[in-house]
Parts: sequence; structure tokens; C-alpha cells
Amino acid sequence: MSSSIALHGFHGGLRLPGHKIAASVQASRACPLPPTLILPLGQYGGSLAQVQVAPGDRVRRGQLLARAAGLAANLHAPAAGTIVAIEQRPVPHISGLPAPCVVLAVDADADADDLAIGLPTIADWQQADAQTLLERIADAGIVGLGGAAFPTAHKLGYPVELLVLNGAECEPWIACDQVLLRERAQEVLTGARIMRRIVGAARVILAIEDRMQDAAEALRAALDSSTDIELVEVPTIFPQGGERQLIRVLTGSEVPSGGYPVDIGVLCHNVGTAAAVYRAIVRGEPLLERYVSVTGHGVLAAGTWRVRIGTPVEWLIAQAGGYSVDAARVVLGGSMTGTAIATDAVPIGKASNCVLVLTAAELRDSAPELPCIRCGECARVCPAQLLPQQLHWFVRAGDWDEVESHALIDCIECGLCAQVCPSHIPLVDWYRLGKNELHLRAVGLRRAEAARARFEARTLRLEQAQAERAQRLAARQAVAEETPASDPIAAALQRAAARKRSEGGTDHGA
Amino acid sequence: MIEAVLALSALGVLLGALLGWTAVRFRREDAPLVDAIDRILPQTQCAQCGFPGCRPYAQAIARGDADINQCPPGGAAGIQALADLLGREAKPLDATHGREQPARVAWIDEEVCIGCTKCIQACPVDAIIGAPKLMHTVLIDACTGCDLCVAPCPVDCIHMLPACSGIAGWRAPRPTAARLPNIDFLRVP
Amino acid sequence: MAREFRLGGAPHLPASTSVQKVMLKVLLALLPGIVLSTLWFGVGLLLQIALACVFALLAEAAMLQLRGRPLRPFMSDLSAPVTAVLFALCLPPWAPWWIAAIGMLSAIVLAKHLYGGLGYNVFNPAMVGYVVVLIAFTRELGAWPALAAGSALDPGTLLHAVFGGGQPWDAMAQATPLDTLREQLGQGRTLAEIRSGPAFASAAVRGEWLALAWLLGGLWLLQQRVIHWQVPVGVAAGVIVVAAPLWLYDAGRHASPLFHLSSGATVLAAFFIATDPVSGAATPRGRLLFGAGVGALCVLIRRYGAYPDGIAFAVLLMNAVAPLLDRWLRPRVFGRSR
Repeated sequence: MSSSIALHGFHGGLRLPGHKIAASVQASRACPLPPTLILPLGQYGGSLAQVQVAPGDRVRRGQLLARAAGLAANLHAPAAGTIVAIEQRPVPHISGLPAPCVVLAVDADADADDLAIGLPTIADWQQADAQTLLERIADAGIVGLGGAAFPTAHKLGYPVELLVLNGAECEPWIACDQVLLRERAQEVLTGARIMRRIVGAARVILAIEDRMQDAAEALRAALDSSTDIELVEVPTIFPQGGERQLIRVLTGSEVPSGGYPVDIGVLCHNVGTAAAVYRAIVRGEPLLERYVSVTGHGVLAAGTWRVRIGTPVEWLIAQAGGYSVDAARVVLGGSMTGTAIATDAVPIGKASNCVLVLTAAELRDSAPELPCIRCGECARVCPAQLLPQQLHWFVRAGDWDEVESHALIDCIECGLCAQVCPSHIPLVDWYRLGKNELHLRAVGLRRAEAARARFEARTLRLEQAQAERAQRLAARQAVAEETPASDPIAAALQRAAARKRSEGGTDHGA
Repeated sequence: MIEAVLALSALGVLLGALLGWTAVRFRREDAPLVDAIDRILPQTQCAQCGFPGCRPYAQAIARGDADINQCPPGGAAGIQALADLLGREAKPLDATHGREQPARVAWIDEEVCIGCTKCIQACPVDAIIGAPKLMHTVLIDACTGCDLCVAPCPVDCIHMLPACSGIAGWRAPRPTAARLPNIDFLRVP
Repeated sequence: MAREFRLGGAPHLPASTSVQKVMLKVLLALLPGIVLSTLWFGVGLLLQIALACVFALLAEAAMLQLRGRPLRPFMSDLSAPVTAVLFALCLPPWAPWWIAAIGMLSAIVLAKHLYGGLGYNVFNPAMVGYVVVLIAFTRELGAWPALAAGSALDPGTLLHAVFGGGQPWDAMAQATPLDTLREQLGQGRTLAEIRSGPAFASAAVRGEWLALAWLLGGLWLLQQRVIHWQVPVGVAAGVIVVAAPLWLYDAGRHASPLFHLSSGATVLAAFFIATDPVSGAATPRGRLLFGAGVGALCVLIRRYGAYPDGIAFAVLLMNAVAPLLDRWLRPRVFGRSR
């Protein structure tokens, strides 16, 4: 049943036009396999997964391609085929720079691959211990499917009071979670129960937006009469689906700056992640595909697809009827926070929830920028309670101490400030520049610190070595002077030296 | 008359004492000057300043034996920071000490290296590993890009490459979308 | 074949607002008050607005040209007309044309462009323009038509007054309620006596209706999120905090808070002048304190200063401390303690 818990507000936020009908009105379709899959090795925070295959290898569906390392999760072959190359390819990153990827040529009859490698299933997960379940989730390569791609097993490693399932897909255009909830409500609920078993949460809340009535109905039907998971409908205010904002709305507490939800006993997972957990534990499927919305005025037939990880955007767009004539920008994600891509050769990653194609007339870039008139609308909508205009001045002026003191690091880049700015200042671009600069400065400072330590250690070592040499020499000379006759060689050398001295050193100068 | 002089003198003595007391009571325990200067220097240890490392240069600045514009890796930003710290005017980099350029790292062409260890001895931060007659290699995380290993190499197998290429070292561009000409004060023809 | 696309930062869709729209809303919100004033004072006000707009745009264009800035975006942002209208609202309807010229030159050149143009001015341009002419031409600025009777000038007299140099103040001028209050309190009369005076009562009532018209426009601006509630609330609080104790102490010698709120330019200033974002405070608590400072200073200047109304001076004084207020009163960041 939908429970009516008291909801709290959060500062700022805005009701935005949803644009979600195009992608959510139809049932999801399976995206056919492309001829080539591209799987980036770089994952969360730049961690690289370790490659387990070589070019020329035949792989089967579900076979491990790269092993988890750092904050990168396991990567499996989404389809049977042959490894063609491991090379630099365009990836979804704001820089448009390439990064190392595994390139997989898909077999013509890949979908007939009966030899697919799965994980052992845990049918009686109610009895399984948390550690086993956690390891299976890690093995399956599950990461947060909401957009951050943080490895799920890492997040599930701490006991919490409250588990929040985030189905509040607040960003305009994106509808993949809504469709998933409609079609796989039971899987999401079971996944949530598995997660609850791992973290021992006393409460589980599944939050959806009040406009997703189809998803709410499916969830109510799937919940039947069970009350272990509370279904909560939150108002559709962007960026309510942001982890920190959603936790604030549900509990009234704020995740501390620089901290994580576990610091206040809360864990927040995307509903798609819960479904993936269910599939890994109960069906033994690694994370091979996800729901992706393809939408925007730049594609001809919008919709939501079930897409294998690594499918090039180009292929997916072709499934959606191709580009309209005025398509001008392709964005991975929604219109507020999505990343524009330089080429549609970029693959769908585990965290790609939406491919949004915008037309030239829609883009923000066309409006000229005026000076800030300090209207303060940016501060009014900022969910992080920052002062966007002051931050903008300080970043622009390169006053990094002030940038830090005005808490740029707490900016979640939701984009609302730029969206309401009457002067059309690209505020988020400036904040990205500022964060990038602060990061590089921190890295530079760390490197300088290390270099100083190494230099000082080396200087000390050289000084010690010199001192030791001098000491050894002194000791030897002392020994030589004490026992001149005992060493015939030393005696001979001394004699030679004495002779040289008596000759007055004339042969040296000549 | 005499009362006025006395009153003013008493006031002077009183305020002077107050000032003296506050100066002692609220003294700022600044880190020694050399440490403060050394923290600003980039720790490249490249010796382009004419001193055998960043700390010796910091000591020379503190003594007044060196100017603040002799550090090419620190560049204009570094000179500005030193000027702020020391309460002086910033000045352009002294070109006799080198040019400011993007960070680089050394890379040894391992095909060509003969294993002479000369570069290992030259490296101020122990960032090169190897042994006599065996191939050497640079620890790029430790390399400061100081160039000191390049000259001693008898076979010219060390090359300086741009540091941090790729996504990890990516620098966000300054936003330029539909910008009006830079916002200036009265334009002087 | 893969297709290439131009990159761009998020958010990708354009803002639905613009500086021009914001300024246009301010102008629209001023309409009820302008209409009411015109009905009572005659078309003189419209003439002053037109004059001020012309001079403001001329000064703006000249300064943009001098500074090498593009004309089109800045001439069409409507910020100069807003300054001009607010300035003209402070002028007597028959003020000579050169008052508007000098005022707008001071506002646009001195207060706006010498500080860097749109968005960079420290002081409210309209108020700088007004204070310059107020101090320099006290006589011309002091001559207001009577609020009481049918005081509108016929067009011929008006044109003669504005362009011909013939000032009708001997014939038509009458003190505003604030002038009357100031003068007669100085002569030792009590408030009750002054209030019962013939001209005062009906003038004060008309002033109150005008205040309601400004209030109407201001509330619409609040609803449109063009201005923030903190400023008008702050102004009202500032007025009450200073005026109420004085009034309670001696109601015979001090005007009531309600009189201060409804008379003169208090409401106009609270919603249209003190809310100028560029020269005001930008943090929520800063705005509250900024408004309170304007309100408090305004009452103090009215009661103890040399001018009958103190709004312009109060706004300029608070402009000077606005950056400091912002620095002190930074809001708490999400997930941090103050």
C-alpha cells in the first residue's frame, strides 16, 4: 500500500516540463544486437578494470572480460563473439577524449548462444548470509544504474537503518525507471528485499514521483498485501531524485557535506539496480543490459529500449527511427545534467539511462550572455543552498580560496541556476571549470608534497653516504698512521709520496 | 597648558602600553619564512633558479640573495603567490632562468637505453629505477619533469612528454558560448 | 557511419527568462501607479517619463559606444527605461526638461557606466540621478502640485512650464503631506491639529490610494518571482521598528508607523527601488537587513534630516553596505553547519 509518511521539503528546486510521455507511453522493446559492442574499461572515478581477454579470443555471453579493480566493477561480455581489439575509443565523457575499451565483434547468431556463462543462482536467498550475497553482487558487476555507476557491492557493505529505493526520476525526458517499474515491479521489490537482507535495514521505502501513476499501480499490484516495503509518492520537483535531496525529503535529515548517506544510517539505491540485484542472485545473470530511453525532438520514434551494455549510440538511434533533419546535439542523460557526446560512436555504458537528441533551435548556446544582474533567482532554486552568483564571480576571477570557502564542492551540478538565469550565463560550465581546477590543484599539491619528501630523503641519503665515506677514509688513515710498518703496500705508497714531495712536485706543473 | 601636555602624554603612554601588550598577547605564530616560501615553490627540484633545489632557493629568497622571479615551473602564478606572501610587487619571470611551460614527464626509450645509471644519479627525486647495464624506467607518478636527466644521457634516449594526457589530466575549457566581448572598464583608445 | 556533434555543457535547454523580460515585468508592474498618478496629476508625469526615457537611452547609447560594447543587447535590455521611469516618478510633473537630462546623465553615465555598466553599478542609478537633481535644484524639485483638488495643468501651461521656463509654482504649488508635516511640526503644532488642516486630509487619502496601486504592482512582481519578499518585508519592519516607539512615546509629535508606510514613496521604494537586485543585497538574510536599513533610515531622515522624504538617501546608504551584508550573512550550505 502507498503509505502516507510526512514528507519534508528541500531548499530550491523547480517544477520543470517533464517531456516524458514520448519515452514512456509504449512498453520497452529489446534493442537488436549491434555488429560491434564497445566496453570502456575506465569506470567510476577513473578506475580501470583489469582486462582478462586478448584480441582474437572467442568469448561467450556472460564471460568475464575485465576484473574489478579499485572502484571499477567486473565487466562481462554482453553477447557471444570475438575480441577484435583493446584500444582507445570515444567514451561518454565531457572532454570528448578517447579511453581504453574492449571491442567485441558480435557473432551473427549470438542470441542463439546456449552456452552462456551465468553465475551460480541463490534461489533461497532468504537463508543465504550477507557475505555470499554481497560477493555475488560484486561478481555480477552491478553498479548504480541511476547515473553514478558506483559499484553496488561497495555501497552495500555497511549496516543501515533505512534503505531507500530511488524511483523518483526527476530529470526531464528520462523515463527508463518509470518503464522498468511498470514492467519489472516484482523484480525491483525482490531486489530490494535482498538488499535489505544484506544491510539489515529496519525500514525500506520505495520513492516514486506522483506523476508515475502507471508505475505506482504496478508496484501496488506487486506488493499485494505485504507491508515490508513502503511505497511513497513524492512531488515532482527537480532535483528531487538526487540522492541527498530525496533523503532529506523522506527523513528530514541532511547527508553531511563531504560525507555519504551511511553517515546518517541511510542507503539509497536506484530501482534499476535493485532489479539487477534480483537477476544476479535469483537468475544468476551478470549485468549485461539495461533500460535506456531514446527521446527528444531530434529522433523520429522515441521510446525505451532494453539495450546491451556497449551498444553504440548510433545503433540505438537507428532503432529509434534515426535522426530528424535538424538534430544538433546528442546527450547521454537528461537535458539538465546530461553529458553531450562528440560522436555517436560512443557506447551505452552501465550508467547511461537516456539518449536525448536535441535540435539546433532548442539549444541554450544560441542566447547571448549578458552580465549578471544579481537577481538571486539562482540562489533561490539552488538545492545545495549555495550562492551561485558569488561562486561564478570567484571562479571567473580565479580566486580559488573564496571558491573553496563558498563550498563549490557541494554543488551537485543540477543545472537549475543556469536554467533560471536571465543573463544566460553558463553557470554550470564555470562550476565544472572550478571543480576541475580545484581537483588539479589538489593533485598538484600532493605531487609537490611527494616530490619534496623524495628530494629531502635523497639529499639526506647523499649526505649520509658522503659522511660515511669521509669517516671510512679518516678511519683508514688513522689505521695507516698508527701501524706504518705492518702494511708493506701502504709503506711503499708512503715512500713514493715522500719521494714526490722531496722532488718538489716539479713534474706536476710541467 | 601643562595639564594638556600631561594628559596627552599620559594618553600616549597608556595607548602605547596597550599596543605593546596586544602585540605580545596576540602575536601571530607564523611558520618560519623559509617553510612558507618552500610551500609555494612547485618542488620540481629542477635547479633552473640557480640553486640546487627548491628549498635552497627558498632559503636564498628568505635571506634576500635571490629574487622571486627565477622559478619557471612556478610561473606567473607562483611569482604572484610569492609576491603576496612577501608583500612585494609581482614581476615577470626572469627569462634567463627559462620559460614557463606545461607540466611534463620524462620517458625513457627502453629500446635505446644502455643502462649507464647516469640519469639515476641526476634525478633529484629518485624517480628513475634501474641498475648498471640494465634497462631504466621512469616512475611517472614521482617524476617532476625537471629535465635534469636529459643532458647526462649518453645515448639521448630520454624524452620529455606532456604530463597527464587523457581524461585524468583533462582541463575544462573556459566557457565561451555566445560570449559578448570581455567586460571592461572604459575602453581607452 | 558515426556522426559528429558539437559539444556543449549542461543544462542543454535555454533559460525561459531574460534580462529584458525581467525589466519588462518591472515596467508593467509600475503601470497601475502611473495610471493613477496621471489621473490625479495630469499628463505631466507621462511627459516626464518620456523625457527621462529619451535622455536615458541617449546616454546609454553614447556610453556603450564609448566603451566599445555592442549596442543591440544592451539597448534592448530595458534597464535604462526602468531607471528612467523610477526617476521620473520622483519628479514633479512640471519640472523643466533639463532636470530629466541632468538626472539621467548622472544616473546612466556616473552611477551605471563608470562603474562598469549593467550589473556592475554599486549604487541605484535612478536614486543617484534623483539625489543629484534634488540637491542641486531644490526649488524645482520641491514644487509639487496639490494632491487635493483638480490640480492637473492644462497642456499649454504644462508645455510652457517644462520647455519654456515658466514655472507655475507660485500659482499651483502646494506642500505634500510630508512637507506639511515637517513644516508644521517644526512650528510646534501637534499631529492632531495638522491632520485636521484642510488640504492635508484629502491629500493623505490620495497618497494612500497611490500606495495601494504600487502595492498591487509589487505583489504581482512577487508572484512573478521578479523580486524577493525579504526586501519589502524588511522595509516595513524597519519603518515600524523605528516609527512605532517614537509614536508610542509621544503620538502628538511623531507620525504613526502606518502614516510613514502609506505616505511619500515608501511603498514604491519597498517594491521597486530597494528591490533593485544589482545594487542591493543578494543573500536572503542580507536582503531582509537591507530592507530594514532602508525603512529605518527613511523614517529617521524624515523625522530628523533636512529633507522631507528620505527614501533616496536611505537606499543609497544601504547600497554602500550591501556587499558587506552579503559577506556576513551567507546562508548555510546543505549538509553543513553554519
